[in-house]
Amino acid sequence: MHVDLYEKIWMYAAAGIIVVFLAAMGYTTVGRAMQPPSHVETIDPASVRTDEEFGSPGVTLHEDGTATVVIQAFMFAFLPLEIRVPRGRDITFRMTSPDVIHGFQIVQTNGNTMVVPGYVSQFTTRFDRAGEYLIVCNEYCGVGHHVMSATLIVEDMPGPSGAPDETEGAPGGTEGDR
Amino acid sequence: MTGGGKHAARKLALANLWVAIAAFAAASGMAFMQSLSRANLDLPFRSAGVYYMSVTAHGVLMALVFTTFFIMGFGYVVAERALGRPSVPRKLAWASWWVALAGTAMSAWTILWGEASVLYTFYPPLMAHPLFYIGGALLVVGSWGWCWVMARTWMVWKKENPGVRTPLPVHGMLATIIVWVLATIGVAAEVLILLIPWSLGIVDTIDPLLARILFWWFGHPLVYFWLLPAYVIWYTITPRIAGGKLFSDPLARLAFVLFILLSTPVGFHHQLLDPGVQAGWKLFHTFNTQLILFPSFVTAFTVIASFEIAGRMKGARGLLNWLEELPWGDPAFSSVALAMLMFAVGGFGGAINAAYGMNAMVHNTAWIQGHFHLTVGTAVALTFMGTSYYLMPRLTGRELELSLLARIQPYLWFGGMLLFSIANHLTGLAGMPRRVYDASYGGSEIAQQWVAGTGISAVGGILLFISAACYVAVMLGTGLAGRRIDPEPIEFAEPLQGENGRAPILDRFGLWFTVAAILVIAAYAWPIAEHLSMERFGSPGFAPF
Repeated sequence: MHVDLYEKIWMYAAAGIIVVFLAAMGYTTVGRAMQPPSHVETIDPASVRTDEEFGSPGVTLHEDGTATVVIQAFMFAFLPLEIRVPRGRDITFRMTSPDVIHGFQIVQTNGNTMVVPGYVSQFTTRFDRAGEYLIVCNEYCGVGHHVMSATLIVEDMPGPSGAPDETEGAPGGTEGDR
Repeated sequence: MTGGGKHAARKLALANLWVAIAAFAAASGMAFMQSLSRANLDLPFRSAGVYYMSVTAHGVLMALVFTTFFIMGFGYVVAERALGRPSVPRKLAWASWWVALAGTAMSAWTILWGEASVLYTFYPPLMAHPLFYIGGALLVVGSWGWCWVMARTWMVWKKENPGVRTPLPVHGMLATIIVWVLATIGVAAEVLILLIPWSLGIVDTIDPLLARILFWWFGHPLVYFWLLPAYVIWYTITPRIAGGKLFSDPLARLAFVLFILLSTPVGFHHQLLDPGVQAGWKLFHTFNTQLILFPSFVTAFTVIASFEIAGRMKGARGLLNWLEELPWGDPAFSSVALAMLMFAVGGFGGAINAAYGMNAMVHNTAWIQGHFHLTVGTAVALTFMGTSYYLMPRLTGRELELSLLARIQPYLWFGGMLLFSIANHLTGLAGMPRRVYDASYGGSEIAQQWVAGTGISAVGGILLFISAACYVAVMLGTGLAGRRIDPEPIEFAEPLQGENGRAPILDRFGLWFTVAAILVIAAYAWPIAEHLSMERFGSPGFAPF
């Protein structure tokens, strides 16, 4: 097959660009351990509201300074409506839905996941800027989809003794389930 | 071909094209309303229920009905003109048209009656009226009938013309069909096994994640089902209209073969943020997705080089003045040139969407609708509109009416889409979610940042609607009132290099179909088996609309 010289150069350049794209992804995946939320855990959607964990959603602060946030996403709200977490710490979000599919997006951060009934979504991220963040549902869930929102408040909290108050990298990598 | 046969062939193609145009017209009206609504203009009929119904109708009619019927009509034109024989079996071709039309009518009815506001992705456990799913299934069954007619016609032609190479436009349409058959296996399984029995109440619950996996098995190659016929036009019709030759025939065939192989094993890049799917599978599909950039890069070079040949054949000598020699006033050309320009931007945006980590910043934001209005909404739709200006006079034997409107229409579309798409990309980066009726979030300060963007996007929407109205007016004017003329022939671009460009392996469709099927199995068999072996809990249906 005859290929024109210029087109040959173009094809090598195109292949080169794709290799660069893949290398960039390989570096962030392996080198910086950034993974999309890919937690595998199932739950009966009919039992979510009475579940020991998801039936009483809220924030748990751990001794090492990190926190776990348990959230129920349903038509058309998130529980809790207001979430307070410490700045600069690893925050693990766990959530599920008792009804249809929802999205959970902390606007202008990399906190973003689908919430699928029957499954538990989980990801870990860090917020380096204190302040108020808007949480929205970003998957159509019915006639009230556009009112489904919540507030995240990131504030400085006293850390545990001895733990460094790390603020490296902004915004923190979504590290999925570790 | 007899005169009668030719007439019957035209009728078949036109029947498909008219359904496409009608669907386009209805969906454009929906889009106009949505775009004004998003800018929070107080319209008398504005309500959340109407908005989500309208988004569903717009998505289904544009993405599934307009495209499928246009591609079927265009396919018949290609088969009959490039192979020089009527497509067979003729009865199956008409039966397919009726089945697809009946299915479309059924689904459209349920949507307009507010019984199926589940958007065009119809993710369960949102549950639509059973006729919505049954209608969708019939549309796909009709398209399978078309696939068989196309393949059968080609096989008969092969037998009649031993040793003759399959013409390039037919090569591209056969690639389209292979992609479509592999893709629709996924959605057929979703609709027939999961959704229809569940919506009829035969089973109580459904696994929403399994449905999503099967949907996106179909959902991404669907994109190439739209795009490949546009590539057929770019490679074989537009260079001819521009007055040039096709720069490289074998590289065009190589691009089509690469699409056959890589279109389907990529669906998880739409589910990067899904729970319940392991990261390794997402990474594998991401890798495949990035490889699909390659045939599009090749297409960009080959088609633009073909345009340069056209300019030089008309006497251009300088580095870039061949651009001036191109027929910018002919909407069949300008639409494709503008569509390609926007596709270049849309293609890079797609690489960002499918970039494993970066996806979290744009997933399900307005960025996504900004993206696919450049790809399917312009690269494909504008190409199809421009091609209608070329095909309609040749199929109906009527002169193009309102040709001034036709001439400005592609530029209006380009301008409107520029505003719409840039605004949506930016508001998406600023975090505005997609598919929301009202993005004010109770006056939230962060949501205030999006207001300027939604306003610009509405202005873009108005321009796009004017452009769409021009297109529909030209089509109706031509079909109903155009002056009778002796139609010009439909011709395809000659390749620049003759027989020395042969690479017969690129014509071995059986081989490529087999390799592609193996890749699909490699990409899906294991993750689906793994998924089915988990302890899972089903969901009942919900209809919150």
